[in-house]
Amino acid sequence: MSAATDDHGHGDAPHFSRKGYLIGLGFSVVLTAIPFWLVMTGTLGSAAATGYTIMAFAVVQVIVHAIFFLHLDPKAESGWQFMALMFTIVVVVITLIGSLWVMYHMNINMMPGTADSASGM
Amino acid sequence: MANAPTMTDAQGNPIFLDMHEHDHEAGGSTMLGFWIYLMSDCLIFAMLFAAYGLFGTSYAGGPRASEIFELPLVAVNTSMLLLSSITYGFAMIAMQNGKKAGVLGWLAITGLFGAAFVGIELTEFSKLIAEGATPQRSAFLSSFFTLVSTHGLHVSFGILWLITLMVQVGRFGLTAANRRRLLCLSLFWHFLDVIWIGVFTFVYLLGVLR
Repeated sequence: MSAATDDHGHGDAPHFSRKGYLIGLGFSVVLTAIPFWLVMTGTLGSAAATGYTIMAFAVVQVIVHAIFFLHLDPKAESGWQFMALMFTIVVVVITLIGSLWVMYHMNINMMPGTADSASGM
Repeated sequence: MANAPTMTDAQGNPIFLDMHEHDHEAGGSTMLGFWIYLMSDCLIFAMLFAAYGLFGTSYAGGPRASEIFELPLVAVNTSMLLLSSITYGFAMIAMQNGKKAGVLGWLAITGLFGAAFVGIELTEFSKLIAEGATPQRSAFLSSFFTLVSTHGLHVSFGILWLITLMVQVGRFGLTAANRRRLLCLSLFWHFLDVIWIGVFTFVYLLGVLR
């Protein structure tokens, strides 16, 4: 995704098309409306099922945005843009899962009044 | 420099090495650099999401997420941001076709959608604070306000940047530098929409569920 006048051959500015944006909009509207509808009506019954379903919708919508709006191209900038994205995703996943995992167990073990924490004091 | 080694080929002809970097066009690496900035911004949001994930149920006896979030309002807000993404895309199409008036028009519409988004968010915040759900009330509300207002601040600065570029384009036209800046803002704007997907899913929808 380099400047439009770049003549180095490593990726031109993405070609913007009205069709691409409208397809992206169509997908996004559906992928946004369904999670809101699921949560507001409680159609699926269980909160866990609804939760996992809307998270799946979020992941798909992020990919739709990356393709149709951010025009992500694995070959842009000789692949460095994609490389930076992959690295970021790895760090984000480690951060999120690591934080939630460690802190969840710390919370459980620090709960006042439980036998374990009382005997450990 | 009598001792300088000379490189010759088999026939004794000197070999000339091209020691100079190729001339890079001004701003040739701007898009990659801006992308890396966005990735670091992504890490900031990841930390804030992690904090919200940890404190999302630490109500401290205060209001719960399901009691204070108004999903219809969030849905309207989401559509504002989504529509602004599309209209920014139309500005990019106009830029591609070299239509200055089209670029300015679509940018103005994008800015209005963005302003509507920020306005609705501020209305929501003021309602919450009036109900006593202030950032100081609980860890849940602290992490909620930090995450959502960081995103809102990004959008606000994006609007400021958008107005700046409208002035630039209005004065100097669609020059190479202005096109590059518009492409950077395009990435920024769509990136914020991607972050908002995380916000409405993990903060609002999952917050109401639990």
